[in-house]
Amino acid sequence: MDPGADRTLSVRPQIGGIRDTFAPWEDATARPLVRFDHVSKAFGGVSAVDGVDVSIYEREFFALLGPSGCGKTTLMRLLAGFETPDAGRILLEGRDIQDDPPHRRPVHMMFQAYALFPHLNVAQNIAFGLKRQGLGKADSAARVEEMLALVRLEGLGRRRIDQLSGGQRQRVALARAIAPRPRILLLDEPMAALDKKLREETQFELMSLQQSLGMTFMIVTHDQDEAMVVADRIAVMREGRIVQVGRPAEIYEAPADRYVAGFIGDINLFEARVTHSENGRVKLASDEGLFEAEGAGPVGKTAWVAVRPEKITVLTERPADLDRDAPNVVRGEIHDYGYLGDWTTYMVRMASGRTLRAARANATRALDRPLGVGDAVWLAFQPTSAVVLTR
Amino acid sequence: MRRGPSAFNIASVALGLVFLYAPIVVLVIYSFNDSRSVAVWGGFSTRWYAALFRDQQLLDAIGVTLRVGAISATLATLVGTMAAVALVRGGRFRGRTALAGGVYATLVMPEVILGLSLLFLFVSLGLPRGFWTVTLSHATLTLAYATVVIQARLATFDPALEEAAQDLGCPPWKAFMLVTLPGIAPAVAAAWILAFTLSLDDLVIASFTSGPGATTLPMRLYSAVRLGVDPKINAVSTLLIGLVATGVVAAYLVQQRRRARN
Amino acid sequence: MSGGRSRLAAILPLLWVAVFFAFPFALVAKLSLSDSVLAMPPYAPRIDWSQGFEGVRAFLAGLDGETYARLVKDRLYLDAYLSSLRLAATGTGLLLLIGYPIAYGIARCRPGVREALVMAVILPFWTSFLIRIYAWIAILKPAGVLNAALGALGLPPVDILNTETAVLLGLVYAYLPFMVLPLYAVLERQDESLIEAAQDLGATPLQAFWRVTLPISIPGAAAGALLCFIPMAGEFVIPDLMGGSETLMLGRVIWTEFFANRDWPAASAVAIVLLATLIVPILLFERQQSKVLK
Repeated sequence: MDPGADRTLSVRPQIGGIRDTFAPWEDATARPLVRFDHVSKAFGGVSAVDGVDVSIYEREFFALLGPSGCGKTTLMRLLAGFETPDAGRILLEGRDIQDDPPHRRPVHMMFQAYALFPHLNVAQNIAFGLKRQGLGKADSAARVEEMLALVRLEGLGRRRIDQLSGGQRQRVALARAIAPRPRILLLDEPMAALDKKLREETQFELMSLQQSLGMTFMIVTHDQDEAMVVADRIAVMREGRIVQVGRPAEIYEAPADRYVAGFIGDINLFEARVTHSENGRVKLASDEGLFEAEGAGPVGKTAWVAVRPEKITVLTERPADLDRDAPNVVRGEIHDYGYLGDWTTYMVRMASGRTLRAARANATRALDRPLGVGDAVWLAFQPTSAVVLTR
Repeated sequence: MRRGPSAFNIASVALGLVFLYAPIVVLVIYSFNDSRSVAVWGGFSTRWYAALFRDQQLLDAIGVTLRVGAISATLATLVGTMAAVALVRGGRFRGRTALAGGVYATLVMPEVILGLSLLFLFVSLGLPRGFWTVTLSHATLTLAYATVVIQARLATFDPALEEAAQDLGCPPWKAFMLVTLPGIAPAVAAAWILAFTLSLDDLVIASFTSGPGATTLPMRLYSAVRLGVDPKINAVSTLLIGLVATGVVAAYLVQQRRRARN
Repeated sequence: MSGGRSRLAAILPLLWVAVFFAFPFALVAKLSLSDSVLAMPPYAPRIDWSQGFEGVRAFLAGLDGETYARLVKDRLYLDAYLSSLRLAATGTGLLLLIGYPIAYGIARCRPGVREALVMAVILPFWTSFLIRIYAWIAILKPAGVLNAALGALGLPPVDILNTETAVLLGLVYAYLPFMVLPLYAVLERQDESLIEAAQDLGATPLQAFWRVTLPISIPGAAAGALLCFIPMAGEFVIPDLMGGSETLMLGRVIWTEFFANRDWPAASAVAIVLLATLIVPILLFERQQSKVLK
């Protein structure tokens, strides 16, 4: 687990493939690296973290996702030791770290605005934690060089912090936090200060860095795309609670409730009454039509059919082979559309007055769009493309 | 604001500066006047400077003043740094209001009242008045200024830096010494210089709290001024003005060069 | 947040403020209720600790408001009180009138020049206060620089040293930086787009100043006014050296009672009266300071 072992860092995202076999959280015998055991924290009577119970595993890239004020930063600061839980325990490798002050925890943090020491140069910043560990001068200097190479800042060791660009500062902060080889690296909105293009690049760099170092990362972010790209698992937080933990695809395709569904990506919801539910398939009915979707729901109660815009097919006429009672087909009229280059999003108004979103990939370079405002369309989706939400 | 100054703006600033500097210029010129009278120019002479260096009482007073200033400024800066840390970083705590109240009240409190009350303190404690009573009194006066100067800098100093140091393995005390103190060092230095200057300049509190053998320069100057115009005062003043001006301008230039380098 | 540990830093400063600031004020209050006697220290009663509780009781019984009664009866004190407030108020008004254009002018300059001008305003403050007052004496006295200059221009001499005019001049001179700096601080921070917005909405430059700049700068003006008014009301050196024998101000009365008359209770009582008068402005100042430095 030498952080410098792999110096050839390829900017190559590893999506699918090997990563899919990595799932220690599914292994009941695996010991978590960090365990939040029903942790709560309030500030002045206002609850910031409320009964959070979650485990993070060795080598995992774990993301805490939520809007500002949802408690994600507090959860991170609890682990770093800057806040003390009001209730519950935080275990690191099975040991309660309640009494360890921040400087004794093998947990390092990359601060949101980087918190680089302005009176020290780049190398001195990176060496700061090494010096505290009592690392000798020569070893420390070697490690600093290693880190500078790792974050591609070779030769900039003597630069002052105020002479660096935003992207360079970000990498110094990263190098400083990983140089002492923490058991887990905490990243507090690490890319908030970067522009969009640099942010996307950095996301992939961060992933390959985490892979090559074999280090455990926990990132706090409010940016769903960022969490989806980098994380092995995402914990979606809302008002101090974790509402769902899972792989990005699980969160996206099988959201736990309407909040998660709406927070990550766009979603269309149909409120309907459950008429039938068995074998993971639910049938529902409402004024807008009949629906069929995956999941389970209590018969006779209200539930929501959730379907992503890109899973809806836009048709100009009703398919002839469909019978009258076919589910998941609704009629509407295009009242607006947005051309995004790769996609076109259609806003379709149904007879009930509600608007749905349907997205179509622009697979050909057709400049004359066959659909326009005022056109009557049929929207259809497969039962396997939709899920039923009961919350 | 960034638009250029109007003629009225320039005139106001220029007149203001003339008003502020006229008396100082007059003093400097007349310190080289051979004549005893201010109104008559008796030719260029440095005889008042020579007379100054023969005046042992005045030289003693300068020595006392510098020592009182240095010690009281150091005390004030030390305690002031602590006060600033508590006020900025301590959040709400019992005694905060009392501390902030005491500090800000000292800033504007008429010196006569401060001097009188401190004198009563020393009398009631049975402390003989002298060098140490003036020094402690000046530290009390300048503590407020030091606190405010350091507090202002500390308030804009990112607390995350200290957290980062702790996160990387520094105990809190060491994190303060290694990260925050270097960061606020310019303000601490400025606080010391301000405290030192205020101490050098104080007449009223020193008059109340000083005793035999601890006569400060302002006390000497005051009695000299009361007795009438003594050209030696012009000479002392010019020397002091030169000293301060050199120091301040040097500090300013250093700061400008540092800024230009960035 | 290291709030808990940072609070430990408050212990020594709090002790300092208690011993050298709060306790001495209690002593002044106590002395103002004592009687003047011919002894050293020149006041009575004093607590006789050897008598224990009885001693404390005898001491408390010995305190009275006689000194205050003396102050009220003597016209001199009332005159000094009123002229202190009048001079401090007039001085503050003059400082606002003189300081505002200076601060505004500096704020309108470009950044490099601005800092140099602020420096220039502060610089005299770093030189001895006494010496600067002494310089004014040399200028204003009958055979001084001013009259020499007026004579050279063929103008009649003026004799303002040892009058209230001289005191006001001295006050304005000594406190000018304390008025200019807080005003400059708010004016410099002001966003120029506010003025542009006002002009864009049809205001003339003068109206923009009157309706936007001036209201925004009121906190600076208030800070400057308090920072000047409070110490000026208790000023000693300026009235003593520039005001002649007929200018009475409380600071001077305290000094005279203490040093010349050796009447410690009277000096204390005057100090308490002055403090009671200034307590409201002081509290206002504190509130403003804690707002600024939060």
